[in-house]
Amino acid sequence: MAEITQLIHQYLRHNKKFPLVFCPGCGHGIVLGSLVRSVHALGLPKDDVVIVAGIGCSGRIAAYVDFNTVHTTHGRALTVATGIKMANPKLTVIAVMGDGDAFSIGGNHLIHAARRNIGVTALVLNNFIYGMTGGQCSSTTPEGAYSHTCPQGQLESAFDIVELTRAAGAAGVSRGTVYHVKELDALLAEAISRPGFNLVEALTPCFTQYGRGNGFKSAVEMFKWLKASCLPVERYEKLEDRTGKLPIGTFVRRDVAGLETRWANMRQALAAKKGGAA
Amino acid sequence: MGRNRVVVYPDWCKGCGICAAFCPKKVFAVGQDGKARVVNEEACVNCGFCEPHCPDFAVLVIPGETDQTPCPPETAPDPAEQPAAKEVKP
Amino acid sequence: MTAPRKKRREAFLLGNEAVVEGALAAGCTFYAGYPITPSTEIMECMAKRLPHVPDGAFIQMEDEIASMGAVIGASLAGRKAMTATSGPGFSLMQEQIGYAAMTETPLVLVNVMRGGASTGLPTSPGQGDVQQARWGAHGDHPIIVLSAADVPECVEMTVTAFNFAEKYRSPVILLLDEITAHTREKIELPEPGDFEVFSRLTPTMPPEWYKPYEETMRGVPPMPPIGSGYRFHVTGLTHDPLGFPTSRPEEVRALTERQFRKIDRFFEDIQIVEHVETADAEVVVIAYGCVARSARLAVKQAREAGVRAGLLVLKTLYPFPRRHVEPLLRNCRLAVVPELNMGQLSREVKRVNEGYTTVRTINRIDGQIITPSQILKEIA
Repeated sequence: MAEITQLIHQYLRHNKKFPLVFCPGCGHGIVLGSLVRSVHALGLPKDDVVIVAGIGCSGRIAAYVDFNTVHTTHGRALTVATGIKMANPKLTVIAVMGDGDAFSIGGNHLIHAARRNIGVTALVLNNFIYGMTGGQCSSTTPEGAYSHTCPQGQLESAFDIVELTRAAGAAGVSRGTVYHVKELDALLAEAISRPGFNLVEALTPCFTQYGRGNGFKSAVEMFKWLKASCLPVERYEKLEDRTGKLPIGTFVRRDVAGLETRWANMRQALAAKKGGAA
Repeated sequence: MGRNRVVVYPDWCKGCGICAAFCPKKVFAVGQDGKARVVNEEACVNCGFCEPHCPDFAVLVIPGETDQTPCPPETAPDPAEQPAAKEVKP
Repeated sequence: MTAPRKKRREAFLLGNEAVVEGALAAGCTFYAGYPITPSTEIMECMAKRLPHVPDGAFIQMEDEIASMGAVIGASLAGRKAMTATSGPGFSLMQEQIGYAAMTETPLVLVNVMRGGASTGLPTSPGQGDVQQARWGAHGDHPIIVLSAADVPECVEMTVTAFNFAEKYRSPVILLLDEITAHTREKIELPEPGDFEVFSRLTPTMPPEWYKPYEETMRGVPPMPPIGSGYRFHVTGLTHDPLGFPTSRPEEVRALTERQFRKIDRFFEDIQIVEHVETADAEVVVIAYGCVARSARLAVKQAREAGVRAGLLVLKTLYPFPRRHVEPLLRNCRLAVVPELNMGQLSREVKRVNEGYTTVRTINRIDGQIITPSQILKEIA
């Protein structure tokens, strides 16, 4: 077991200040660990991995890991990731975003990245709230939940991230939680290795900004809630009563080539045609 | 059993209590200083929960000697087997 | 230009198409964009050409914000990358221009200026984005803004834009206007070796010694492509020499001062102007873009009418070519600044004039060009 922690230490930037900047009980550190383990399990060299992060708590993850890391502007991580992947398809590009990043300000980029199936893995840390700015509702805040910008309860409904990304055409869509860590490791590894655009939604509780205002007594309670309400999608589908339950696992597996591969193939075909004609 | 060593780095621990709450053998407790500490190291069965679930990489489990009896397969509990959830937020 | 003397390929090109020729001559291999009038021909031409360029990549993004994002990403991955836009698209790009300036990411952005604010006059010329090009992104940041007045200049200034971007690790904005972009002229196509082409310096030290934002002699730290073994952090937050976020006053100041200094130190190299009979001029016209063409004729006609007129064509707009403008203002009795806006570059001229001479502006904002006779009337 000790190797788990030792492994993480191998991938951390030790010139950074620790502990992590996140609040006590924040799941972001667990996702960071999961990311490191899945990259390690796939045997990817550090030099070939690019983490592109947006703005928000999730964006802070990038600075801690010893990969090539780019901390971009709010919501634009996928656009920069697209540029990097098109420019150098050999790199493994992982865009780390929060829910506000990916689905509010960056919603347009997300659906288009999914539609064009650029070979990027989108890891979305969904905590149902804007954490860094102090607890405002996001596009994934559940209806009826409280936040500083919906103190009377959220009137809008939340995005179903899985259905949204599925409809946009992504090659892979999955959901995990920071309670189900081993499953999250596997989901991430699967997503990183599948060609095309793959999205992994990681449910990670924010006690400080979301839990406290919504009836949770501690971060631990939020983990207990994840444990109690999330179940594998195969089992979820057999349920009679699905109220209050959330499926986790892989929802979409499509066999498509990434845009960067289609572009390379097109260029090759053009060159062959030109060579044939000459 | 009882040969496993469990260590908490106090400098990195923020005392969220996840290890203490979920450890099946109650190895951890959150102390007065707001940090997790190891209170029952002998009980550790190296189930594999605490290390990946510590958000701050502050828990280290060093497994005992190899001649030790293998740990019972007490992996992360199956969520579906759990009693019905209380009111669920999102 | 050192021209190899054999039969040169000629073409009858739009200014927009000439930009593409210039970009490819400068080594551009990546284009990301979003169609918008009157810049679209640049994108269309790139879509045709880039698949045939070694390592070329082209992508149509979902909007201008995304286009700039992709260009920044490609540049970080080691490519010479560009985008082009107009009007509202330029406004959308401002956030990412600031990011490129802060992270010192080389890129070229061609903005074909159209008339008016908002949707304005999409198919008419304007020069209303001059101040926005300099100050559009929030916060203090250095930037290089160039312009071109005719089709051959579109080639030349695009190459220059790439060279400056690479030399100074800075976003470079090339301002064209609808007239320049949509004028078709015969030009000689650039051949390899026509232009001196620069590429960014890459680090030679071992990766563990590399500091991505280190103070260097030139103020421009070397920049490795992502994936080359130099792993570092890029962030839009103010950062220390290692690239990690910092808010320590001394580090913040050092960063911003170096970013400005790397441009300030090379004013001589960056500030490009063309003098037309200014040596003895008592009336000086200061112009850029399509207006400079009208001014050229007006000055010629004024000379014929016996007025000692001269013309200063600005090819670099920012950093403002003060050392060329200032001496002229000290020695003339009248300076005329014709522009297709309410007076944007004339502000800079008035700023460096400091009351020495009379500065008169000619402003036209009705989507029509400023004619030579309009300028002649003011100077003769």
